[in-house]
Amino acid sequence: MVPLSLYLVLSGILFACGVTGFLIKRNIITIFMSIELMLNGVNLSFVAFAAKWQNLSGQVFVFFVMVVAAAEAAVGLAIIIAVFRTRETLNIDQVNLLKL
Amino acid sequence: MTPNLHLWLIPILPLAGAAINGLLGKRFSRQLVATVALAFSGAAFAMALWVASQVFFSSLPLPHVETIGTWLRSGAFSADFSFYLDQLSLVMLLVVTGVGFLIHIYSVGYMWEEGGFYRFFSYLNLFMFFMLTLVLASNYLLMFIGWEGVGLASYLLIGFWFIKDSAAAAGKKAFIVNRIGDFGFLIALFLMIKHFGSLDFQRVFEAAKPFAAETTGIGFLSAIALLLMVGACGKSAQIPLYVWLPDAMEGPTPVSALIHAATMVTAGVYMVARSHVIFERAPSALMVVAIIGALTAFFAATIGIAQTDIKKVLAYSTISQLGYMFLACGAAAFSAGIFHLMTHAFFKGLLFLAAGSVIHAVGGEQDMRQMGGLRKQIPVTFWTMTFGTFAIAGIPPLAGFFSKDEILWRAYQASWVYWLVGAVTAFITSFYMFRLWFMTFFGDYRGAAGASHGHEEHIDETRAVVSAPHGHGSHGHGGIHESPKVMLVPLVILAVLSIIGGWIGVPGSLGGSNRFDKFLGPVFRNSAPAVTPERAQFGEMAPPEQTTEGTEPESGPATELIFTGISVALAFLGLFLAWLLYQRRPELPDQIVARFHGLYSSVAHKYWIDEMYAAIFVRPLIMLSRVVFWRTVDQGLIDSTLDASADSARELSDEVRHMQSGNLRSYAGWIAIGATAVIAYMAWVGTK
Repeated sequence: MVPLSLYLVLSGILFACGVTGFLIKRNIITIFMSIELMLNGVNLSFVAFAAKWQNLSGQVFVFFVMVVAAAEAAVGLAIIIAVFRTRETLNIDQVNLLKL
Repeated sequence: MTPNLHLWLIPILPLAGAAINGLLGKRFSRQLVATVALAFSGAAFAMALWVASQVFFSSLPLPHVETIGTWLRSGAFSADFSFYLDQLSLVMLLVVTGVGFLIHIYSVGYMWEEGGFYRFFSYLNLFMFFMLTLVLASNYLLMFIGWEGVGLASYLLIGFWFIKDSAAAAGKKAFIVNRIGDFGFLIALFLMIKHFGSLDFQRVFEAAKPFAAETTGIGFLSAIALLLMVGACGKSAQIPLYVWLPDAMEGPTPVSALIHAATMVTAGVYMVARSHVIFERAPSALMVVAIIGALTAFFAATIGIAQTDIKKVLAYSTISQLGYMFLACGAAAFSAGIFHLMTHAFFKGLLFLAAGSVIHAVGGEQDMRQMGGLRKQIPVTFWTMTFGTFAIAGIPPLAGFFSKDEILWRAYQASWVYWLVGAVTAFITSFYMFRLWFMTFFGDYRGAAGASHGHEEHIDETRAVVSAPHGHGSHGHGGIHESPKVMLVPLVILAVLSIIGGWIGVPGSLGGSNRFDKFLGPVFRNSAPAVTPERAQFGEMAPPEQTTEGTEPESGPATELIFTGISVALAFLGLFLAWLLYQRRPELPDQIVARFHGLYSSVAHKYWIDEMYAAIFVRPLIMLSRVVFWRTVDQGLIDSTLDASADSARELSDEVRHMQSGNLRSYAGWIAIGATAVIAYMAWVGTK
């Protein structure tokens, strides 16, 4: 039996990778993928706890997160396409028109 | 059951007039403005007459108090909106509304050509409101409202031609000098609240009555009385606060007549007479009042000799006559002071209005050296002014004779020094008034108003719209012409009052019964302090009933007649001297001036009092304000503190606003840092 702590460490590593990617990458697609990575890192800890405590709530949460992530992917990709069409770039540093 | 007289209507009526003219007057025609102003002030006069008829014919019990509501209440102290009618306030009421109404009529003619016609009448009605509040108030606080209000109206009207710098400065001067007096008045009110727990006239006087006279040392009654006198000095232009009144002549002449001669400046006398219960218990304060009055009377009269501006002569004369009134009050002859107040309102109002008519006739010239020989051109003005001059000079049987004689006689009973100063002043008064009279109306015309014939003619025609067309008869000098009837009628009425006004107070020695004194008796009698403190404390034995105030002279009427003779002789001596110097031998004054150059120039420069005040008080105060209060406190302390805090806030926000870069990744970084911090905090809390 793999101990819970290993799952949690992996989950933390995945989440940290997502955060780091989100902060340092400039391409919107990459940032988007980093968000997915963070979500899945959290999902991993959910299922790990669900298995540990023999409780289905964690697994139900994971499905919720997946649904939200799918919806987000749909909306997010649509936004990315719209941004690319108007700005012809995917560099996040150049998409700053909302700044005061 | 005493009838409800609705006394509150008397002050409110002019206020309504002021509001209507002030708010809507700009769109009104001049006729409508004049109608509104006259209607409301006339209605107040009618009300006053009706109230007087109630007193005289329906034997209304006096004092009569009407309360219309509580104004403020704080613990045991309370002040009401209530009005107090007794013989004293009735006299003041009749004088203020009567003379005020006449001057309103006169102003319609005098101001017809001026801009701001509606503004003038609005202010004038506002003044009436405050003055009536002052004389009808039943407590010191309401009186103070009126007191401040007349000061405000006076300020507004002195600076009526505010485009002229001198007028604006004169208004400010009047206002500021009055503040000094009001300061004393206010402190007196605080002391009254402290010692009597009330400001209501009746309650204060009831509380003060048990006290014996403070013959030794200065107690709180003397302090209150002296502080009240400070207030009176400011309002009534007495030494050392008289300096504002001559400058106040910058205002339109009807204003000088109404506010700065007949009514407002007498408020101090009224207030002292009203507070007689307190003053009678403070002999030292009474002495101060008498000395200030006597000094002011003499001092101002001497300045009046050398003035050449016709209104300035009358201004100093007003100060001098007010000094007489205070002299009377200081001699505890309050009814004599009020008597002189009334007759003075008649003849000084008349003199100012007549002077206005003269000024109007010669096209705005106020310098008497530019006048002369006007009696043929403006006969009505000449005759009315003649009566006014004879009245103020104290020539029998005109009004001023009786009141001044009464004061001098009472002053003699207090001290022969007072009498001597008063008598000398009477002589000087007679001299400078006849000097004015001769310089203005006799001899040859010395001015140049005839040159502006066309202009004057134009005014004449416009004026005819208001007044009935008047004869253009004798235009000997072209431009010089008699004033319209709307101005002459008040002059004539006031002249009649100046002649007969004194007959209600003919003293016993001249075969009269001094009805005025008897009428005011109920106000002033029965108030003198008890002889011994023990008796006063138990309050069982009231002092013996007096029909008139003060003790009747022990010396018989023969002595009084001798003094009357002396004052009449002095009046005629003044007339003779003025005639000699300004009519018979006009070259003499110049020789005298050359002879006593130093004395003359100090008198002509009003003893350099204004310059002295400027050097001692005004300039140091301005320096203090500029250096300490402005540059140090205001700029150095307050401004710099505020500026510094604003600057530091801006610098801080300069740093902080870099967080809002618009860079998505930096936002994400902040969120990550924040989340980390929160989680770290929670972990730290959890491990504890």
